[in-house]
Amino acid sequence: MSNRRPYVRSMDGWWKRDVYFIRYMAREVTALFVAAYAVVLLVGVLRLSQGQAAYEAWLQALKSTPSLVFHLILLATFVYHTWSWFNIMPKTMPIMFVGGKRVQPGTITGTGLAAAVVACLAVFFIVRGMHP
Amino acid sequence: MADAEKIIEIEVLRYRPEQDKEPVWQTYKVPFTDDMSVLQGVQYIKDYLDGTVSFRWSCRMAICGSCGMMIDGKPKLSCKTFLREYYPGKLRVEALAHLPIERDLIVDAGDFVKKLESIKPYIIPKEPRTLEQGEYRQTPEQREKYEQYSSCINCMLCYAACPQYGLNPKFTGPGVLALLHRYNADSRDGGSAERLELGYADEGFWGCTAVGYCSEVCPKGVDPANAINQNKMNSAINYFTRFVTPGGAGK
Repeated sequence: MSNRRPYVRSMDGWWKRDVYFIRYMAREVTALFVAAYAVVLLVGVLRLSQGQAAYEAWLQALKSTPSLVFHLILLATFVYHTWSWFNIMPKTMPIMFVGGKRVQPGTITGTGLAAAVVACLAVFFIVRGMHP
Repeated sequence: MADAEKIIEIEVLRYRPEQDKEPVWQTYKVPFTDDMSVLQGVQYIKDYLDGTVSFRWSCRMAICGSCGMMIDGKPKLSCKTFLREYYPGKLRVEALAHLPIERDLIVDAGDFVKKLESIKPYIIPKEPRTLEQGEYRQTPEQREKYEQYSSCINCMLCYAACPQYGLNPKFTGPGVLALLHRYNADSRDGGSAERLELGYADEGFWGCTAVGYCSEVCPKGVDPANAINQNKMNSAINYFTRFVTPGGAGK
């Protein structure tokens, strides 16, 4: 007869156990803010289908103080979202070689972040160009 | 030149299945010098303070992978972590997280070993060669595709770092999946199809949510998160093309 009695520890509150897990949960939770912004844009499309007055009202609502505060929060979470995902990107890529040398994780993250900055600036200037 | 003797408090999470209903903390005062590892601290406890404290160790130089434990909540090799880093505070040592405690600092590694065997962690030659035909040759680039993953010492720190394994012990887990990839990525190996059946299963690569802590705690720079996640793309392609590809691997 065996006297073994292995003890299994509880996983309750596991993500509070280590700051690394908290950062991971923060990264995952930013997806909800991305979804929230998608809803804001979808409402815009819906209001557009309801005619010009409805669409103008939606645009007006976006300019309200609560909406501006909400968008600032969204912007902050989007920045963290972008940074955290490009930060984990080297883990998701196969080992690559350029000119016989292995591409370093920092290069992958840096390229991703640079592409995000370029894309943001491009969108910003295109939209600004449409509203002289 | 003798250092003035310093004393550090080490709290050990004790679990003696014959008497403890659940693990309890026990504190020991350990004299130490700056060159002493946490493992040596625990060995001091066993040799001079309390012979009933149980733990695993062997090489004392971060190559056998036996002495992993939670040190102040982080998975570490105790031979590679120094008491001086925690002084003048105290430190807590506990059996590796997410694995069942067998006794004191010893975990039950049975599940890990079973999973390790299942992925056939050895080269299954692509083409059998006789001695006369010579060795299997490989370019430096082919070698680099798997070399870092081959540094795994089976210490299970990555399992103690993986909340997905803690939440669902059916998940094959970081270390074993990294070794699965190590052999599949080897140009001399021909066993990839049978290993991928395990990798593409629900308990395989997709059990990982890219927390990434496994790679952070790995004492050998294996980067299991990278080994696992680079397989997800092929797994997805395989999933969608399995009906049209004759003999497509995976289920």
